[in-house]
Amino acid sequence: MAENARVLMKGNEVLAEAAMRAGCRFFFGYPITPQTELAAYMAKKLPLIGGTFLQAESEIAAINMVYGAAAAGARVMTSSSSPGVSLKGEGVSYMAGADVPGVIVNVERGGPGLGGIQPSQSDYFQATRALGHGDFYMPVLAPSTVQEMADLIYLAFDLADQYRTPAMILADGMIGQMMEPVELPPERDASALPEKPWATTGTKMQREHNVVNSLYLSPEKLEDTNRERFARYAEIRETQQRQELMMCDDAEIVVVAFGAASRIARTAVRDARAKGIKAGLLRPITLWPYPTKAIDQVIENGAKQFLSVELNMGQMVEDVRLAANGRADVSFYGRTGGVLPTPEEVLEQIEKLAAGEAPNASARATVMGSVLPQPIDRKSSYERGE
Amino acid sequence: MAAPKTPITLPDYQQERIGSQIAEGEKIKSARPHALTDAIFNYCPGCTHGIVNRLVAECIDELGIEGKTVGIAPVGCSVMCYDFFNCDMIEAAHGRAPAVATGVKRVHPDNVVFAYQGDGDLASIGTAETVHAATRGEKITVIFINNAIYGMTGGQMAPTSLPNQVTQTSPYGRDVSKVGYPVRIAELLSTLDGVAYVERVTCDSRAHILQAKKAIKKAFQNQIDGVGYSLVEVVATCPTNWGMTPQDAFQWLRDNMLPYYPLGVYKDVTADGFANAAEAALERAKDCPIAQQGRGE
Repeated sequence: MAENARVLMKGNEVLAEAAMRAGCRFFFGYPITPQTELAAYMAKKLPLIGGTFLQAESEIAAINMVYGAAAAGARVMTSSSSPGVSLKGEGVSYMAGADVPGVIVNVERGGPGLGGIQPSQSDYFQATRALGHGDFYMPVLAPSTVQEMADLIYLAFDLADQYRTPAMILADGMIGQMMEPVELPPERDASALPEKPWATTGTKMQREHNVVNSLYLSPEKLEDTNRERFARYAEIRETQQRQELMMCDDAEIVVVAFGAASRIARTAVRDARAKGIKAGLLRPITLWPYPTKAIDQVIENGAKQFLSVELNMGQMVEDVRLAANGRADVSFYGRTGGVLPTPEEVLEQIEKLAAGEAPNASARATVMGSVLPQPIDRKSSYERGE
Repeated sequence: MAAPKTPITLPDYQQERIGSQIAEGEKIKSARPHALTDAIFNYCPGCTHGIVNRLVAECIDELGIEGKTVGIAPVGCSVMCYDFFNCDMIEAAHGRAPAVATGVKRVHPDNVVFAYQGDGDLASIGTAETVHAATRGEKITVIFINNAIYGMTGGQMAPTSLPNQVTQTSPYGRDVSKVGYPVRIAELLSTLDGVAYVERVTCDSRAHILQAKKAIKKAFQNQIDGVGYSLVEVVATCPTNWGMTPQDAFQWLRDNMLPYYPLGVYKDVTADGFANAAEAALERAKDCPIAQQGRGE
């Protein structure tokens, strides 16, 4: 296969192929729908290029194998889907605490619990806020096309190594299962990968022993490590925000959507423009760091209203609201459980906003700090005689 | 005692440490193993962790493998052992040491990788990782300290606590009718095809300590030779949480622990005449055609 030829491939397989081209030679995972093709592709291809595919006994074991391999200096990844990613939370927290790089793929499905197996974006909070215990973040990249599956996992390995942090690809069952033409990235020169002098590769009796560790019993020392890590996070926030802006130069209503939802929102925004509504699309590519500078920019350009469109009950909308910080109205529209909104549904919301009407009632009721809050009954149930 | 057979040569960063303590013309008769750092153990008096840490370090020294050894520290009383060993060390989450060791060993098959774990870590929260690393035949060495109690958290019932043993969370004694029976890890793992060597030892006497060292050394040698997964279970004391003096604790170990956890070799494929665990597994499955595919090729 010529390196620059465009080929038709499935999203999950592209994640695997591009990861190998990024220098990943180790994969540890556990079977789960809808990321299956990724692991199957790795199982087939990795042994042929001197790599290791290992099906672990559990998601917990898989992420801890990733931790060990990463501590030993390898480019390594695991992939799963929502319920499996929950189990990985412990290991990811340890990786963050020990400053160990590695890539975690979440091809999201509906939740909570066992949920369903259709596409969803209901792990936004988990990915950007709370995948494991403790004070940490990690870069979270959200592909919206099969091409971006390739480009972003390639980037994820570099960000992970550069900042010594776990990094996540937050995809969904739709992008994972669909086929599109893709131009695969070139094979990374293994000798040009970043050196890892901190890795536990054996002292060879030539240096002090390396320790990969997240335990600090001294409160001051632990605080120091957290402050050092957050200085790195500040740099990531400053330099690594990524997004796509479409028709945002003069947009008054900006639809914010990522991943699969952004594909639907894109059509709705174009349709709104055709109807003379000044709509635009802001598509976050990095979910952490959140593209706050882009939010600032579209507000400067004249955006009055944001509409966050998600495949969940309203999660990213909180980041939109935080970034807008009262400078514009923020509303939400979402479908969940694997139900995808149609472009017409989203267009209807844009039209309502353009007409000065309240957005979708069901959406409004689901979001904290809603546009029209319900009056609060301050009496206790006892006082009300219940 | 005879002088060391080979002169002790120290890397530069170690010269200062030991060199300064030796007077002109003085001979080293017994030195802190090179594979141990200067850090002072944080173990309680009468605890066997210190002995076993030292035995592991002596074996690393004698096998000359410090420079390529990577150790995995557990969660439990030996959580800080990443500070005690001079080889590269990784601190694992509770119970996950075998999975972390798997990751390291798969990346660097020529490294010697060991996990050092207690009973709560290895036989309770990490049972799945333990059983599966063993059954995969990971070429790692596991040192398992079984003292029948959770030490670091203050003396709770462990998976290996004995029937009727009083602990913080079995204050009326371990009631096997309600919480079941202790896990005999050496026996359990000896049934798995991936396992090359399992021995149970203890450290209550000089003879037993020497036997323990022999077992630990073999468990490392097996890894160097590619024989397969090796585990040494050390029946150990916890005077602090057993509420005993060190002397009484060793007596309690002899009276109660050893009858429940008999010492001995539970599996040793090389003693059985096989080159490694894989050969032994093939022989065991000799009547299963699919398992024999590729045999002798």
